Amino acid sequence: MALDKNQIAKRIAKEVKNGMYVNLGIGIPTLVANYIPHGIEVVLQSENGLLGMGPFPTEDQVDADLINAGKQTITTLPGSSIFSSADSFGMIRGEHVDLTILGAMEVSEKGDIANWKIPGKMVKGMGGAMDLVASAKNIIVAMQHTARDGSSKLLKECTLPITGLQCVKKIVTDLCVMEVTDKGFKLLERAPGVTVEDIQKATEGTLIIEGEIPEVEL
Amino acid sequence: MINKTVKNAQEALQGVQDGMTLMLGGFGLCGIPENSIAELLRLGVKDLTCISNNAGVDDFGIGLLLQKRQVKKMIASYVGENAEFERQLLSGELEVELIPQGTLAERVRAGGAGIPAFFTPAGYGTEVGNGKESREFNGKMYLMEEWLRADFAFVKAWKGDTAGNLIYKGTARNFNPMMATAGKITVAEVEELVPAGELDPNMIHTPGIFVQRIFQGEKYEKRIEQRTVRQA
Repeated sequence: MALDKNQIAKRIAKEVKNGMYVNLGIGIPTLVANYIPHGIEVVLQSENGLLGMGPFPTEDQVDADLINAGKQTITTLPGSSIFSSADSFGMIRGEHVDLTILGAMEVSEKGDIANWKIPGKMVKGMGGAMDLVASAKNIIVAMQHTARDGSSKLLKECTLPITGLQCVKKIVTDLCVMEVTDKGFKLLERAPGVTVEDIQKATEGTLIIEGEIPEVEL
Repeated sequence: MINKTVKNAQEALQGVQDGMTLMLGGFGLCGIPENSIAELLRLGVKDLTCISNNAGVDDFGIGLLLQKRQVKKMIASYVGENAEFERQLLSGELEVELIPQGTLAERVRAGGAGIPAFFTPAGYGTEVGNGKESREFNGKMYLMEEWLRADFAFVKAWKGDTAGNLIYKGTARNFNPMMATAGKITVAEVEELVPAGELDPNMIHTPGIFVQRIFQGEKYEKRIEQRTVRQA
């Protein structure tokens, strides 16, 4: 059974450690906030200018002047702070943020990431992604392992326009957990019931398999 | 104290002409200068270069200016919320420069602070770096990025005083403080305009020196793009 979006988020949440400042991208990464274990204190950074992002507001708390980078209404928490976009990216560029979790369309075996543009088709812009990947101390990517037509998104070289070079450290897909090493994607864990062969077949880039590969524990 | 007050948006936008470069504050539809955008629409000025993090949505914010083909070039970081924008871009009607969000913020800040260029790692090795000088510092590669300045900067604040001092609220702050510093003429619209002396100087986000014209806006819609709520 491949992991669904919430299970990918739940697995990534295990990477979040006490005391971290974390930036969560749009999509699956946003869901990670729902699975941060009890007793672990983290501060979520929203790049539009907020540290200490809280849960969605109740109906009577909704404030148009308080949104996250995905333009969703949110709340602040005790100890939150609000600042300008220049200060926000000062935090990011200055490597004050400990962990960045974001989505991707493609990742190469060298850790290059592509997630902002499909030439001739989709032009949404990079938003803060290029700044985040260029300066993050640690980047975890949440993504689907293959495209709808079955083609691999984990490649030797990215085919889509690059967002950043050699920056991804870890990848959690619907099929497995991998680490980016000098020699390629190192397989760490597989989704329950998914075989090493399944993962090998779905991975175009170099896949390193050492010893017994355990199942993901959620 | 110098009085920066003008009557309304009409007076605040005097001198805006075809072909000008404008900055517009806001992130998504949060903290956008709604009254100034409405006045730009009424004036019908065209061939504008607009610098703003986003391009609004189809029927609100900068999206309204796009619909009326008033924008020649858009400089932004993320435009995903606007189908008309994407259409004009893919068909070649609209010129677009997409730049990383932090680079955009810093280029505007640099413009206001008199720093013509700086180095950032964002975009190195990507098409953003095409044609730009790159340099290595401490073993890491950086791109040189130049400042941005504008003929007019339009910003939105929560409170302001007649001296042009501004206080923003929540994440409606975003790009507004930097843009306020980078306009030859900066127009601030505020929800509440008070006499100089009523705002605590310790609480000011944008000092009045950066603001040339200030007015109290009206009928703020403050449209929400993604209304997300939880059960009480």
